[in-house]
Amino acid sequence: MSQSSPFVPATAAAMGRRSRRPPLALCLLLPALLLLGFVFLYPMLDIVLRSIAAPRGGVSLAHYGKIIAQPAYLRVFLITFEIALSVTVATLLLGYPLAYVLVTARRGIAAAIMACVLLAFFTDVLVRTYAWLVILGPEGALNQVLRALGSAPLNLLYNRYGVLLGMCYALLPYMVLTLYSVMRGIDRNLLQAARNLGASDWRAFRHVFLPLSLPGIAGGSLLVFILAIGYFITPRLLGGAGDQMIAMVIEQQVELGVDWGFASALAIVLLALTILGFLLYDRLVGLKSLFESKI
Amino acid sequence: MLRLASSGSFWRLVALWAAILLSLIFLLAPIAIIVALSFSAARYLQFPPPGFSLQWYREFFRNPDWMSSLWLSLRIALGATATALLLGLLAAVALVRERFPAKTAIYVLVLAPMIVPTIITAIAVYFLFARLRMIGSPIAMALGQAVLVLPLVVIIVSATLQGFDRRLEQAAIILGASPLQAFLRVTVPMIAPGIASAALFAFLSSFDELLIPLLLSSPTTMTLPVRIWTSVIMQIDPTITAVSSFLIALAIAVLGAAGLLRRARGRA
Repeated sequence: MSQSSPFVPATAAAMGRRSRRPPLALCLLLPALLLLGFVFLYPMLDIVLRSIAAPRGGVSLAHYGKIIAQPAYLRVFLITFEIALSVTVATLLLGYPLAYVLVTARRGIAAAIMACVLLAFFTDVLVRTYAWLVILGPEGALNQVLRALGSAPLNLLYNRYGVLLGMCYALLPYMVLTLYSVMRGIDRNLLQAARNLGASDWRAFRHVFLPLSLPGIAGGSLLVFILAIGYFITPRLLGGAGDQMIAMVIEQQVELGVDWGFASALAIVLLALTILGFLLYDRLVGLKSLFESKI
Repeated sequence: MLRLASSGSFWRLVALWAAILLSLIFLLAPIAIIVALSFSAARYLQFPPPGFSLQWYREFFRNPDWMSSLWLSLRIALGATATALLLGLLAAVALVRERFPAKTAIYVLVLAPMIVPTIITAIAVYFLFARLRMIGSPIAMALGQAVLVLPLVVIIVSATLQGFDRRLEQAAIILGASPLQAFLRVTVPMIAPGIASAALFAFLSSFDELLIPLLLSSPTTMTLPVRIWTSVIMQIDPTITAVSSFLIALAIAVLGAAGLLRRARGRA
């Protein structure tokens, strides 16, 4: 082949490449596409088809009708949104000061805080949820300490408090890292300029830094909300009967073999909500920022 | 300090650092408590632990059920990582360097498993392998987890490839290497730190994955997270504090190694 000849200049080699480009790209992508097609895309289509399949063949929207018609399932959606919204607000309130300090503090302090955030981020969600089970239980660490102090035990497990605590804990790193990636890009000279013009630290923060960090607030909140509406492990382990979220119902329907068609319809609705969320995210922040490696 | 000039800004600073301290305690306390309890000498979850003991680690490492789950998880995670790494590396090369039709659509498809809620991917994979009568098969679990971590590999490897100077590869071609030789002997060694950190994070996240193996497991093939899950739901067994500490140590090891790799990448 002419390309491997030592005397062909680089441009010619590049041109030689160009002529066989489509097959090369295809060869490189084919293995990944085969895996995705077989284990991801085809099963997804299968879910879509199951969700609209009528019991005796044909197409029907009965499964979707059931979601709207039965108050119990509508309530599941309501609870899911309620929890996701509370978690979003709480992680924003907790995460904003953390991210702010990460970009403004001295290097050593910022690095130490970042290490804490990353440790929490990369520890298995199941382990982190189990930790809350151990802390919040009736005989858990918190109540043992409270009893030793002579105060009444708190009932924070198998109810909404447990779910909110556990989910805030699980999702806080996502909020902090998203805020951080936006705040890092803010030109700090602007703050200095505001101060030079007579603004106090607080005014400079409120009128310069805060508005510039808005994309981070939008992005972080959307990301946490989207992740929260699909959450399963934490609400399943820490929640009570009144904290059934969509993902839990889907898993139940599949695991108990109750109704795969209905589970599929729920999955499609959850998927649609998620895609909607990410489209919004793309408009507000740009999906690209999501896929930059944050570490 | 000028900052302390007005008392209002002083109290704001105090409030800020109080909030930071609280958030840090919130982030670290649960992990610290689990690790502390895993070394407890008590027979139940007593806090604070009355004394030091390795009994729960002994329980974990001597119990054949926990050990078989550990090995199964290891095998599945290695299989999933190797698959995702190979396919992801090739795909990343195409996505970063080549121009072809429907590129955006293919990019979205490759990254989609990261966006779709895991519960949905899990039931999709479950329907597939139930149809193929492969419930309980480690291969099925590894394939499912390979799909989940593929986006991670593509993202990390693409970022590294974008920073790679292609002229080095072209120089090798001018000097007589075939494009494949140039890629394998020039490009791959230079992006090796990126490939290695992709492998580390892919391994960690497939080792920790619960939902896919939960639906695909049979009583004889339970991965470590699935066994934790079943025993957490059944009863509070303090052995799980030791298993959890093991997983925390794994996360710290991966983070540490990735940090070292990043430094190596910075030097290269």
